[in-house]
Amino acid sequence: MGMTMTQKILARAAGLDRVEAGQLIEGKLDLVLGNDITTPVAITEFKKAGLSAVFDRDRIAIVLDHSTPCKDIKSAQLCAACREFAREHSVTHFYDVGRMGIEHALLPEQGLTAPGEVIIGADSHTCTYGALGAFSTGVGSTDMAAGMATGLAWFKVPSAIKVTLTGKLGPYVSGKDVILHLIGMIGVDGALYQSLEFAGEGVASLDMDDRFTICNMAIEAGAKNGIFPVDAKTLDYLKGRVGREFTAFEADPDAEYAKEIAIDLSALRPTVAFPHLPSNTRTVDEAAGKPIQQVVIGSCTNGRLKDLREAAAVLRGRKVADGVRCIVIPATQQIYLDAMAEGLVADFIQAGAVVSTPTCGPCLGGHMGVLSDNEWAISTTNRNFVGRMGPTSSMIILASPAVAAASAVTGVVTDPASL
Amino acid sequence: MKIYKYGDNVDTDVIIPARYLNNPDEKSLAAHCMEDIDAGFASTVEAGDIVVGGNNFGCGSSREHAPLAIKACGVKCVIAKSFARIFYRNAINIGFPILECPEAVDGIGAGDAVSVDFASGVIVNETTGKTFQAAPFPEFVNGIIDNGGLLNSLKARGVAK
Repeated sequence: MGMTMTQKILARAAGLDRVEAGQLIEGKLDLVLGNDITTPVAITEFKKAGLSAVFDRDRIAIVLDHSTPCKDIKSAQLCAACREFAREHSVTHFYDVGRMGIEHALLPEQGLTAPGEVIIGADSHTCTYGALGAFSTGVGSTDMAAGMATGLAWFKVPSAIKVTLTGKLGPYVSGKDVILHLIGMIGVDGALYQSLEFAGEGVASLDMDDRFTICNMAIEAGAKNGIFPVDAKTLDYLKGRVGREFTAFEADPDAEYAKEIAIDLSALRPTVAFPHLPSNTRTVDEAAGKPIQQVVIGSCTNGRLKDLREAAAVLRGRKVADGVRCIVIPATQQIYLDAMAEGLVADFIQAGAVVSTPTCGPCLGGHMGVLSDNEWAISTTNRNFVGRMGPTSSMIILASPAVAAASAVTGVVTDPASL
Repeated sequence: MKIYKYGDNVDTDVIIPARYLNNPDEKSLAAHCMEDIDAGFASTVEAGDIVVGGNNFGCGSSREHAPLAIKACGVKCVIAKSFARIFYRNAINIGFPILECPEAVDGIGAGDAVSVDFASGVIVNETTGKTFQAAPFPEFVNGIIDNGGLLNSLKARGVAK
C-alpha cells in the first residue's frame, strides 16, 4: 500500500522508509513558529524546564501579530517577553512591528516555508503552508517550547481524506467558497485527526492565494493539515523567495484514503457560514438580505493581495453603506505596499472603508474592530464561534472578500454579481 | 465532586475567551474559564470536579491557555466523545488527563458521582453503578503523562537539555 503526500513527508522527517496511519513518530522540524499570545507561554515552559538553548536559531520564527501594535499594557508586556527571548537566543526570524505581518501570510512571503518541509506553529492556522506542499500543523505552546529546544515533535501519522477538484471557479467565487463549501459538507470535525489532501485537474486553475485560504481553514474541519500537490504555480511562487533545496513529494498512486470527496469548482456558488460554526454554510443566494453592521476584510485567511484586489474591484467607485463600518487589513507590509501601488488602498478609503496596519486584531475580538451587543458582522476571517469578535450576543458571518465587500456597499449580505 | 456537562464542539474561545489571553497567569485563566458558555462555572467549580463534553471538545484555536485554564480550576479530568487534535495534544503535553469515551458521556448525568482510574481508563458512574472503558493511551503518550508533561519527559530521555 502506498503513502499519501503527508505520510511521505512525515516518513522522511522521522527517518523511516514508510509510515502508516495511526503510527506514532518523532519527526525533525524545519521550522518552529509562535506568536505574541502563544510564545510567552512557551517561554515560561522553556524556562520552567530549565532549558538553556534553542536547537537552531535559524529555524525559529516569532511573529508579533495578534495584539499588535499593542492594544494594552498586558499585551505590551507579552510582546516585551518575546522580544527579550528573541534577543537572548539570537532568533533570526523575529518580526516586530514595522516588519511583521500576519504570520501565515508572512512566512510563505518571506520564503520561510517550502515544499516537503515539516513546520509546527503555536497557532492553529499553521496548516496554511500545505498550499506549498509542506506538512504544517498547529500545536500548543509546550510543543513550541519542546520544538525550539530539540527540533523535534511527536506526531500521530494521519489517515487522509482525498478531495478531488474538477472544473474551474466562476466569477466572484474564490478559495474561501471552496473551503466553506467543504466544511459545510463534512462538518467541523469531519476531518478530525486526518489530512485533507487536494488533488485533481481543478487544482491547476487555483491561484496560490486561493490555495493558502483553502489550507488555512483545514483546521476548521478538524484536520491536522491540508495539502496541495506542487505544480507550476507553486514553483513560480517559490521563485525569488526560496533559495534552498526542497523536495516536492507526490502521493503514491495506490495511497490509501479513508474517504474520497469530489468537488466541481464550476458548480460552486459564493458561500457564507452563519453563526456559530464554520460548517453552518449557506449559499449567498440563501443568505442575501441579512443586515450587518460591520465588515472585516483581512486575516491569515483572506488578507492577501488577491483578496484585496477582489474586494477593491467591488468597492471601487461605490460607497460603504450608512451605518456600516468596513475595516480592511492587508496581511503584511509587502501586501500593504503592493495594494498602495495598485491603488487599492485609495479605492478602499474613497469608498469609506478604513485601512489598518497588519494585525490579527478583530478576528479574535482583540482590537481594531470589536463588536458591541447584538451586532452582526460579515467577515473574511475563519471562525464565527460564540463571543469570537465581541460579546456573546454578537454574530459573525464568514464570507469571501468579494461577498464581504458587496455587503459593505448595501448593508446586507449581498451577492457581488447583483450590484 | 460535581459533573459539568456540555454538548458538541466546545471551542477554545468559550473555554477561555481571547480577551483574557493578555494575562496567561493560571489564576487569571481559571477565573474566566468557560465564561462565554457557562457564566457560573468559574465561581462554583471545585478541585476534583469533572468536565464532560460531546464530540470535538476543544476545537478552534491552538491556545494552550484552554487546558491550562481547566486544569487551574482544579478539574480532575475531561471526558468527551472526541477531542479536537490540538487540545488533545496540549492536554497530554501539560500532563492533564483526558479520556475519550462516548459511552461514558452518554451514561453520565449532571448530578452523578463518577470515579476514574487513569491507569486502566476505567470510568465508574457510582450513582448508576455503570462502568465504562475509555480508549487507552499508547505507551509513548503514557510516558509523557507519567513524567508530568512533554518537557519533563524529553529531559528524562536526555533529548532536551
